[in-house]
Amino acid sequence: MLLKLTLNSLYARLLTVSMTIFAISLSLMLYLSVEKLRSSAYTSFTNTISQTDLIVGSRTGSVQLLLYSIFRIGNATNNITWESYQDIIEKDEVKWAVPISLGDSHKGYRVMGTNKDFFKHYKYRGNKSLVIKDGKYFSDLYDVVLGFSVAEKLDYQINSSIIVSHGLKSFTDHDDQPFKVSGILAKTGTPVDNTIIVSLKAIEAIHVDWSSGAKIPGQITPIDEIRKMDLATSNITAVLLGIKSKLKIFQFQRWINEYPEEALTAILPGVALQELWRIVGVVENILLGISFVVILTTLMGMAAIVLSSLNERRREMAIWRAMGASPKIVIGLLMLEALIISSVSIFFSTILLFILLYFLQPWIDTTYGILVTVEMFSLSDIYIFILFIFAAMFVSLIPALRAYWFSINDGMTVKI
Amino acid sequence: MNEETIHLDSVRFYWSKVADFKIYIPKLEIGRGEKVLLLGESGSGKTTLLSLICGFLSPISGDIFLNEQKLNDLKANKKDQFRSDNIGIIFQQFNLLPYANVIDNITLPLYFSKNRDSRVKNHREAALNLCRSLQLSESTIAMQANKLSVGQQQRVAVARALIGNPSLIIADEPTSSLDASTQKKFLDLMFRQIEEHKSTLLMVSHDSSISNYFDRTINIKDILVREN
Repeated sequence: MLLKLTLNSLYARLLTVSMTIFAISLSLMLYLSVEKLRSSAYTSFTNTISQTDLIVGSRTGSVQLLLYSIFRIGNATNNITWESYQDIIEKDEVKWAVPISLGDSHKGYRVMGTNKDFFKHYKYRGNKSLVIKDGKYFSDLYDVVLGFSVAEKLDYQINSSIIVSHGLKSFTDHDDQPFKVSGILAKTGTPVDNTIIVSLKAIEAIHVDWSSGAKIPGQITPIDEIRKMDLATSNITAVLLGIKSKLKIFQFQRWINEYPEEALTAILPGVALQELWRIVGVVENILLGISFVVILTTLMGMAAIVLSSLNERRREMAIWRAMGASPKIVIGLLMLEALIISSVSIFFSTILLFILLYFLQPWIDTTYGILVTVEMFSLSDIYIFILFIFAAMFVSLIPALRAYWFSINDGMTVKI
Repeated sequence: MNEETIHLDSVRFYWSKVADFKIYIPKLEIGRGEKVLLLGESGSGKTTLLSLICGFLSPISGDIFLNEQKLNDLKANKKDQFRSDNIGIIFQQFNLLPYANVIDNITLPLYFSKNRDSRVKNHREAALNLCRSLQLSESTIAMQANKLSVGQQQRVAVARALIGNPSLIIADEPTSSLDASTQKKFLDLMFRQIEEHKSTLLMVSHDSSISNYFDRTINIKDILVREN
């Protein structure tokens, strides 16, 4: 009966109540989505690369090296010479090494030169390997393997032709040497999805007619001739290393950092990922803080709305009292309202969240390489909900206690 | 004190904050089944007296008995319980929860009083019977309370006061918001029902012309002393 009448009462104030619910739902959704994005980003982030012991690049900051070598964000300041690479891989400690050469792009996607070892040794989410979804790994000089998202977004199939552009945002194309798609990788949720993979020789091949980052005017070497050339790699951007003994990792890192022939940097991917996360984490904590304040503001708004309607409802309180309701029941009625409003808001906020995630998930995935999972709530979400309901009840104590005071003092003498 | 519904003895009351409003009631006795009209101008302390009898306010000194129960002895929540068990209240106006329908409004006291609830077998049936006796049409009953006319609202309030048959009906100027013709119809219907339910009635009004409906008319000046 009380519940039914409270629902009636809320229904009678449908417009105000639904506006309140809408505001609370939005702010809750804001909080939930920030929280969701945070946890997804963290998981995606820390699982981007695993089982690689060291990443080697030219002398730079560890975060920057991680960004350009793994996340394909930004550029290398310098390259590593092939001689240094040879020096490194000849050491006893090295179990495996994968060279990476970056610099060119295709329609905004990075082109990465490497060898077949990349597919063998690149691991993510613990021990997951790259899997070819369609076709095969490159065998010909002009073969490319596409990351899942590249193929999907640009609608490429096996044997599609690709023209690689020079640099990242240039109008100069390597149009004299078209590539052919030989394989497409399965989805990984890592930056590999957004990468176009070619052989190291191919990188050299498309730069045959180039010198110091510019095309030599008038010079076009025919493809047949290029195929006959040696195409030895002279520079690479980074090296992924597996070390035989975990105990030797730090020692070997030190050796690379102190390598006398060239200024190099070796980083531990896990440590760099954490470091990078701390930088991103600040922003995310600020967001989390803001959305928390938004929730608080909306709750205060809810209390204010109930409080301002209280004078009109003073009469109602007197009726309840005359019927024999104790002042405690009057408090209970207002708390029940808060409970209903907050529960309905939670319901709507989660629906809004799911709709939002459903539409934004592919975009977030392709743009930022973060896989946001649309899943049921974790335990911490449920804690948040319970905490929120308690907070709502708590702020509604303000109007409720005022109603209590009214109902004690008014008795039959309500003046309207 | 045999067969008395209301008994007040040397009751003194004042608000701690309002210094010039102190009232003293030496004695007031209303017998079971008696219908009493309490006449008085506004500001004469009528509503305060009703609040004391209903247990909303507690006297500073003196005793109030309702159905042989001394109100002063009851704790606050027992007082609320006692009120819902024994008293049906009709206000001047705005008696009903505007968002609830007629039936819900009428049966509301049954929710708070087990006593009254036990006397009603079927809530809906009882409410409908009262509505019929008070000449509220079927279409009216289906409506939400705030859609009713003032006259209809007051009749629904009578039905609510009477449901479950409490021994005492307290009415605070229930006709003041009605025009003359509605007022007569309302009083006729209300008195017929009160007779039928054998309830005691204490009604407050400033209109002495309706005194012929009552067994007894008391002028508030005769029982209540202002002590300033």
